[in-house]
Amino acid sequence: MQFALLIYESPEGFAIRSNDGSDSYIAAWRAYYKAMEEAGIYVGGDPLQVPETGTTVRIKDGRRYVQDGPYADTKEQLGGFTILELPSLDVALDWAARCPAASIGAVEVRPLAPAMKDRIVRE
Amino acid sequence: MNGGALEETQRTIERVARESYGRLVAYLSANTHDVAAAEDALSEALLKALRVWPRDGLPQNPEAWLLTAARNSIIDLIRHQRVVSESEPTLLALTRESTEMNWATEFPDERLKLLFVCAHPAIDPAMHTPLMLQTVLGLDAGRIAGAFLISPKTMGQRLVRAKIKIRDGGIRFEIPDERELSTRLDAVLEAIYAAFGIGWDDMAGVDQRGRDLAEEAIWLARVLLQLIPDEPEARGLLALMLYCESRRTARRGPDRDYIPLSEQDTKQWSLPSIEEAERHLAEAFQHGRIGRFQLEAAIQSVHSERVRTGRTEWPAVARFYEQLVRISPAVGTRTGYAAAVADANGPEAGLELLDDIEAEAVSAYQPYWAVRAHLLQKLGKTVEASDTYGRAIGLSEDPAVREFLLRKRG
Repeated sequence: MQFALLIYESPEGFAIRSNDGSDSYIAAWRAYYKAMEEAGIYVGGDPLQVPETGTTVRIKDGRRYVQDGPYADTKEQLGGFTILELPSLDVALDWAARCPAASIGAVEVRPLAPAMKDRIVRE
Repeated sequence: MNGGALEETQRTIERVARESYGRLVAYLSANTHDVAAAEDALSEALLKALRVWPRDGLPQNPEAWLLTAARNSIIDLIRHQRVVSESEPTLLALTRESTEMNWATEFPDERLKLLFVCAHPAIDPAMHTPLMLQTVLGLDAGRIAGAFLISPKTMGQRLVRAKIKIRDGGIRFEIPDERELSTRLDAVLEAIYAAFGIGWDDMAGVDQRGRDLAEEAIWLARVLLQLIPDEPEARGLLALMLYCESRRTARRGPDRDYIPLSEQDTKQWSLPSIEEAERHLAEAFQHGRIGRFQLEAAIQSVHSERVRTGRTEWPAVARFYEQLVRISPAVGTRTGYAAAVADANGPEAGLELLDDIEAEAVSAYQPYWAVRAHLLQKLGKTVEASDTYGRAIGLSEDPAVREFLLRKRG
């Protein structure tokens, strides 16, 4: 089954992105990606631009409300996601624990919902 | 009653609860098989003690007082449920013992049966350790959940489910017979070891096999040993954990950076722990029944010799590993064996042993890649070593270990 690792980063985590390629956080991500690839479990994923670049849209009473920035105003923001093909939640938690972001931010593990996707895509 | 006395009563209650929790839960559930009811009754008894003891003074035997109070509340519960006919035998047993019970009477220690129940083959192996931590040590679900990286709610639900299985699944509270004893005991030892922190750190990598509940694991092993002092493997397990524990502070530098075993300052190792481990291991060996935990402890004992001799007898480490691989050819053991052989006979010999391990088994096993990278580097295969370090770094959980490997890769 497939799991999404939702990567939440602190402002410090986002700040590291502007460092050069020799930064150990980025080196750790490179190694982490390689380990997932070689274990044959990597399905996909991408980092997201910093939260300040986000724009949130909601429709209320037929009107469009556009808000600058992400919906929730918390310290840790969604910074990217990774989709993995794994046999169980326990294995997914092991991979989440190895994620470099887990020690400076947080990683949420969620199973994908293929049945829901079927209802959307097929019907 | 003044504040000081109240505080003292509370401290006494806390102490009795900590020391007697497992004994009381085990005894209360041995008849009913209902661990959850025993735990509830015991918490109720503790609350009652908090009310009554400050008023009437401490009972002569606080443990017996708690037992009686808890048992009465179980009897009440069964009566309330109006299923008296079904539970007649239990009820009879409980009331009979209750009337015969004297405040000062010793009650039998049923914790060994409870440990065997927690690690019963019908219970999900992943729940063996959490069950032990809760029923024998009284740890709450939140604390256990933290160590197992899952939410307190989920852990709570899993514990409830496991206890229902124990109550309704026909699992017997008994010491397994001779024929089954050794496999059943293995499961108990494995569950205790699973609570322990670091598994291997004598290799270039770290096997994060345990749950960092080192103190609790050592406590459980001591309980087990009290109950079965003649089981050499139980003693071997305690020795193993004490050896590893003796090096806890030496494993981290001033900035919390990771320090591998070979670079640790032996002055920081705890001599009392090492000496206690040595006594247990020597006593275990006297039984002449070698096993996995005794061998693992023996490997750690060779490392601990460095505190006296200043050097590591690698051929001895390799010999113990060789025996260990024969009885327990797990990936971790084979990786450790390869690392020891490399130190005794050179990196090529170690690499050969690593090559024998199936690729499938090591795709997510960090120590294998850390050892492999280390050996490739020693052989001057820089490019291959750097790639392999990458793999080990990507599989590391501990940021300090990651930093260490990044530095080594250069």
